[in-house]
Amino acid sequence: MSPPLLQVNDLKKHFPVKTGLFNRKSEFVYAVDGVSFEIARGETLSLVGESGCGKSTVGRAILRLFEITSGQVILDGQRIDDAAPSTMRQMRRRVQVVFQDPFSSLNPRMRVRDILAEPIRNFGLAKSAEDLEVRVTSLMDTVRLPREALNRRPHEFSGGQRQRIGIARALAAEPELIVCDEAVSALDVSVKAQIVNLLQDLQSEFGLALLFISHDLAIVEHMTHRVAVMYLGKIVEVAPRREIFAAPRHPYTKALLSAVPLPEPGAQRNPIILKGDVPSPINPPSGCRFHTRCPFVFDRCRTEEPMLRAAGAEQWVACHLEEAAPAMSS
Amino acid sequence: MALLEVENLQTHFRTPSGVNRAVDGVSFHVNEGETLAIVGESGCGKSVTSMSLMRLIPEPPGRIAGSIRFAGRDLLQLSDREMRAIRGNDISMIFQEPMTSLNPVLTVGRQIRETLMIHQGLDKQKAEAHAIEMLTLVGIPEPKRRVREYPHQLSGGMRQRVMIAIALACNPKLLIADEPTTALDVTIQAQILKLMLDLKHRVGAAIILITHDLGVVAEIAERVMVMYAGRKVEEAPVAELFRSPRHPYTQGLLGAVPRLGSSLTGTARRLAEIPGQVPDLRKPITGCVFAGRCALATDLCRQYAPGLEEKGPRHVAACHYAAKGAIAA
Repeated sequence: MSPPLLQVNDLKKHFPVKTGLFNRKSEFVYAVDGVSFEIARGETLSLVGESGCGKSTVGRAILRLFEITSGQVILDGQRIDDAAPSTMRQMRRRVQVVFQDPFSSLNPRMRVRDILAEPIRNFGLAKSAEDLEVRVTSLMDTVRLPREALNRRPHEFSGGQRQRIGIARALAAEPELIVCDEAVSALDVSVKAQIVNLLQDLQSEFGLALLFISHDLAIVEHMTHRVAVMYLGKIVEVAPRREIFAAPRHPYTKALLSAVPLPEPGAQRNPIILKGDVPSPINPPSGCRFHTRCPFVFDRCRTEEPMLRAAGAEQWVACHLEEAAPAMSS
Repeated sequence: MALLEVENLQTHFRTPSGVNRAVDGVSFHVNEGETLAIVGESGCGKSVTSMSLMRLIPEPPGRIAGSIRFAGRDLLQLSDREMRAIRGNDISMIFQEPMTSLNPVLTVGRQIRETLMIHQGLDKQKAEAHAIEMLTLVGIPEPKRRVREYPHQLSGGMRQRVMIAIALACNPKLLIADEPTTALDVTIQAQILKLMLDLKHRVGAAIILITHDLGVVAEIAERVMVMYAGRKVEEAPVAELFRSPRHPYTQGLLGAVPRLGSSLTGTARRLAEIPGQVPDLRKPITGCVFAGRCALATDLCRQYAPGLEEKGPRHVAACHYAAKGAIAA
């Protein structure tokens, strides 16, 4: 069996923060604290969770926008977390990103033509000037923008059109994996639908794998093959779409799903309303990190951290209530 | 009788590139104790409408015309002094960003006290006691300690609870909530929505809820008004609107949101797209404002703006082709 396209093993990223008088005390934000998952070719894995759960940090670690604290990121069988700059350069072409804010992620001084040509030149993908032009114009067709728009600058476009430019820029490098970090969250409802449809079309056309980072569960359900739910730097549950949405096992996943207001007036719902707020990732709770808000908490949760255990064919849950199942080998 | 009656509201802004007709001839009413949701996408004029009701639009460059009758008085005819007595007292407002709408250098208690001392003439002790009561009412644990804290010591959800406490401190007759849960996480949003529903029953204030989230609308609104490009395009009781939307824009909006659980029931399908984008409000629009993006548009739509017509019980829509009960979504 060929290796998965991307494999993340026990990824940790701790950011130092200075606190105390005269910044003498150094503490850490445990943004991502031991996360493992895989993405197959052409697959969409969604990372969901609330602000501060570390989902964006995972995305950035895979892009190697910073050095990770520990763990491994393996792309197509090759480690990229410690790759030398020369090897890393070629690996970067294979993993691209689309950011949330289409207003700040495009250089306002560059014309669309140059924004799209830059990655093609950087990675030496075009054989000639004509080839470059062909590639740039076909990218515009791919994301359904008029070719005439190539000579304009980002400010002349609406939010949705800018996000199309951002997607075209990511596609320019001919990647195998695109990290979509809240790529549709800032868009209006009708425009969001356009971009979601575009991403789905591109995935089937180019066989792209997507790491779809989002807090919008309805969009995630619409787009994804598998879902990983994060809470305070840990994955609490991973499962295929059907299992997550039909039979969530972790109490946090259940609460998260039940909290989504449905666009159906009078719908019978019994939302599990969690008490309190997410604790600080500087001093995460002992034991299970969710125990301060969990409706099913018992003594063991406060002291012992639950491991991810198999709860079904492809469903993994980190909860002591799933005791009977064998632990994931680690 | 309606608590609030808005007649032909027009809020225009002078800009270097022409007059921006942000709100252009909108009429609606809110009954006592009722919850009206105003929905629409960015730039449809929903926030400008709410700011106009509070007369928070800077004039110039803005200009508000029409009439806004609140409890029998036209707010647009009042002096600034009379208007100040109404803001925060009879009509109050909560905003999207609880981070920026609280004053960072004043304690939470002081900010709740301020409105009580100004509007209700309470002395400091009484206002303090009432502030603690309000914090208890909005579900903040340890209110006696929290009144002495500053906004940065509270989480986003807590800050929004404080905003609600300030808004409700003087028992307003009307509460305007502008995207009150948009900046919050979904589990915190559930807490705040539940709080708003509980308080609505206990306090009995009418609510105008401004949002783009149709899930939130379904959850707490009784009546919905859909805005597009500065106009009202449809209005109906909430169940009716979701069951049989008549305006093509409303139908588009409802089709563009995926439903949670649709992958299980086999109802998942490609999302409906509304092609194109919102028209430039600085240019005069002839005909229907939605004609440029509407699949049903004909020459009639491009030439003549449709008026709001009755399409069902308490259901109006501005569309030439949305026949009575004809189009099913």
